[in-house]
Amino acid sequence: MKKLVLGAVIAASSFAYTINGTGASFPYPVYKQWIKSYYGKTGNKVNYTATGSGTGIKEIVARHVNFGGSDKPLTPAVLKKAKLYQFPTVVGGIVFGYNVPGANNLKLSEAAIQGIVLGTIQYWDNPVIVKYNPNAKLPHKKIIFVHRSDKSGTTFNFTYYLSKMSNIWRKNYGARKLINWPTDAQGRSVAGKGNFGVSAAIKTNEYSIGYVDYADAKKNGLKMATVQGKDGKFYAPVPANFAKGAAYAGFDPKKDFYKIIAYPKKGYPVIASTFILLPKEKVNSDKKVTAFFDYAYKNGDAAASKLGYIPLPASVKKQIRKYWAEKGIK
Amino acid sequence: MEALFRKVSSFSATTILILLSAIFVVLFIYAKPAIKEFGFNFITDPRWDVSVTLKNKTAAQKTDNTANSAVANVGNNQAQQNMDSDAIPQDSEDIDIPQDNDDIAISQDDDLGIAQDDDLGKSNTKTVYGGLIPIVGTVLSTILAMFFAVPIAMGISVFLAEVAPSFISKPVGMAIELLAAIPSIIYGMWGLFYFGPLVAKTFGGSSVSLLVAGMVLAVMIIPFMASLTRDSMNTTPNVLKESAYAMGATKFEVIKDVIFPYAKKGIIGSIILALGRALGETMAVAFVIGGVFSFPDKLTDPTVSIPVVLANSFAESSGMSLNALFYLALILFVISFAIISFAKFYFLREKK
Amino acid sequence: MRLVINKIVLLLSTISALIGLGFLFWILVTLTVKGIGAIDLHIFTHDLVNNGLRNLLVGQFVLALIAVIVGVPIGMIAGIYLQEYSFGNKYAEFIRNLSDVMMSAPSIVIGTFVYAVIVNPVGHQNGWAGAIALAIMMIPIVVRTTDDMLGLVPRELREAGVAIGAPKYKVIVNIIIKAAKVGIMTGILLAFARIVGETAPLLFTSGNSQYFTLNLNEVFPSLTVAIYNLATMPDENLVKIAWAGAFILTLFVLIINLFGRYLIKDKK
Repeated sequence: MKKLVLGAVIAASSFAYTINGTGASFPYPVYKQWIKSYYGKTGNKVNYTATGSGTGIKEIVARHVNFGGSDKPLTPAVLKKAKLYQFPTVVGGIVFGYNVPGANNLKLSEAAIQGIVLGTIQYWDNPVIVKYNPNAKLPHKKIIFVHRSDKSGTTFNFTYYLSKMSNIWRKNYGARKLINWPTDAQGRSVAGKGNFGVSAAIKTNEYSIGYVDYADAKKNGLKMATVQGKDGKFYAPVPANFAKGAAYAGFDPKKDFYKIIAYPKKGYPVIASTFILLPKEKVNSDKKVTAFFDYAYKNGDAAASKLGYIPLPASVKKQIRKYWAEKGIK
Repeated sequence: MEALFRKVSSFSATTILILLSAIFVVLFIYAKPAIKEFGFNFITDPRWDVSVTLKNKTAAQKTDNTANSAVANVGNNQAQQNMDSDAIPQDSEDIDIPQDNDDIAISQDDDLGIAQDDDLGKSNTKTVYGGLIPIVGTVLSTILAMFFAVPIAMGISVFLAEVAPSFISKPVGMAIELLAAIPSIIYGMWGLFYFGPLVAKTFGGSSVSLLVAGMVLAVMIIPFMASLTRDSMNTTPNVLKESAYAMGATKFEVIKDVIFPYAKKGIIGSIILALGRALGETMAVAFVIGGVFSFPDKLTDPTVSIPVVLANSFAESSGMSLNALFYLALILFVISFAIISFAKFYFLREKK
Repeated sequence: MRLVINKIVLLLSTISALIGLGFLFWILVTLTVKGIGAIDLHIFTHDLVNNGLRNLLVGQFVLALIAVIVGVPIGMIAGIYLQEYSFGNKYAEFIRNLSDVMMSAPSIVIGTFVYAVIVNPVGHQNGWAGAIALAIMMIPIVVRTTDDMLGLVPRELREAGVAIGAPKYKVIVNIIIKAAKVGIMTGILLAFARIVGETAPLLFTSGNSQYFTLNLNEVFPSLTVAIYNLATMPDENLVKIAWAGAFILTLFVLIINLFGRYLIKDKK
């Protein structure tokens, strides 16, 4: 019996393959868990190196890897030009981490957020902030705004939210991976490298506030603000509310799932998705990649949630599988 | 055999020449579009990744050197433009924001690194890159680092070579060399979490700043200077030292007047090595210098340096922004060439 | 008075040594405290895919070894050439300057260069590219230290060699290098220490593999890239592994240091 099992294992492992991916660092912890689980179950090897969304796109366009990861989705036109397929994998929340001694349960209205990022609200005890935080004893201290020093998909998704939420922001700054923030010129900025750097900066600078992804904020024990959503209600920065927002994502497989899901109709407004890019012509390689993610969609939700990420709604997963089948890469 | 040895060593040296030239050439090729676009203005322009609207082509070339007003001006111009036309492409990598709340935006992506030629005619904005702030940051952080590191390293090497008995100097020497082995990202994290806040507490200001970066850099380059200076000092023939002592010189005087002059070349060499490291250090500085694209008004303000900009933007850049990064790298080469040549010239010339 | 100055200077030098040691101690303690907690048998017997370090340690060693085999001879021989065979001429001066400037090249630039000339033609990331990138980073350091240390050897030794009729290469190999060997070894060890902690040259060239492999033609595991990826992740398990890896890395360099010093010890 043992010989049979051994033989089967050897036979199976001789068919084990390796696929390589690179790209966004945002989903790295989740992918790593999925990879570990997949390897344990099937013996197939998946490699993913976190180098950044831009590199992910570059490397898949150059066909140096089997799949690329990007926090910023490509439009159908660009996908067509580069001959790529695209689908989302997981959702995450971007929260406002803050460090104001004595103030807990901060509630930020859209007006307050707009003022903080535009630099028009400079002190913590500004009436616009105090309006929804009457009991917080906010001090007359300058607001230190923490943002990213490096080009990032998180910044892109955050500024996309700002653009949809604020006309002034949209007209003057738009959605970009790297911004010259208004608070820079006012000397009230600190920049951190990576979500990690931003969390560290918030932790070590009093009276600061910054945007950072939920998983990092949670890990570093940052206080997170409750934020006003598109429907006017205030949503706490918890996975349940991220998931609520994700339900209104509006992914469209006909448009290769091109959708930046920030500022949904309901739910916590600052959410972001991350995507996988596949080369059209490499059908066999694509099938291996989709097999991996199919496994992840079936078995990886618990791991993702544990790490602070939001699994895709079942309806979206169904759409993705159908997309794969249509393209012949299931 | 002799001829063979000679040929091999010459070949080796030439290989290096080819290698270095190749690197330079590759850099230059990638930088060329940016050089063509911005010319020498790049060195004095403090704006990075700022969109300007073109009234006509020449107006856009005029550099506006006030960093603070640049952003405000751009904002105003853009607001006016936006009134009439559809969403303005900001950077070739961005997605336009829909005017209505739910429409899909029209992308002007340059994600593929392919120039969108058909758009150039219609677009009336361009993105300006200028390297003044990272250049200043590089020079300042390096000077700071050398300022802290040179005295301490010299002190350490004097200690190791002349002061300490050998049972202390051997392990201590090895311990100092160990500092060189610590991965730069560890320096970055240590600086970010432990050292930076301490500096902020003592000197005020931000926990990530020019000062913190200079000091972390200093710690990183001390082992290079200390070990090599110690070894250079140890090459001084005993006979020279002994004759000085015999004439009644104190230890300090022997060090100052006999050992240092003898070992000068090695000491300068070690300083140059350290200088090179300080100029090019990427990871550690990226974590602790603050990453804000503005001039540091005081030492404890955050800023950027050239390797930091490279580290922060490289992975995500394509198109002109990538070319601008390579232009910066080229400038770094020129700066380090200038500083190193100057240092060599000044310290190694024969004083007669 | 002179004695007072003497005492002050010696005191200052001891204080600087203490400052240097102080920083070292601080960083090493931080490293140890954070790293040793995660060290157990598991990380030595499992690969990164299973939250272990085994494949990374082996991979890093392989890359460093190749870098040394390629970089040290080229660097040393070039240093010898600069010092012994072309002393003073313009060509040598030019190479010296170029080499020094190379030393300040941000590691990202080296990585990009190797990406352009090796990864692009090959079509994917591979271990050879990473090793070459590390070798390129070592060379300028080895060149400069060899050059300088040879230069510090007293003229008399050279003249003595020539006086007994030895051909130049014999003089160099048997006499001069022997005299400078301590310094040259320091240079090699420093260069090695420098590259063993580098991430950027490997990030775009050899990437990182989660699995145990010795195939240099594919994505290759390296400890530093893993540390870079893991240390800043919001998953505490991954962060712990990163610190453990950094700790082991530093330990590894210490051992190599001891080994290197032992190699050149004067055996009586």
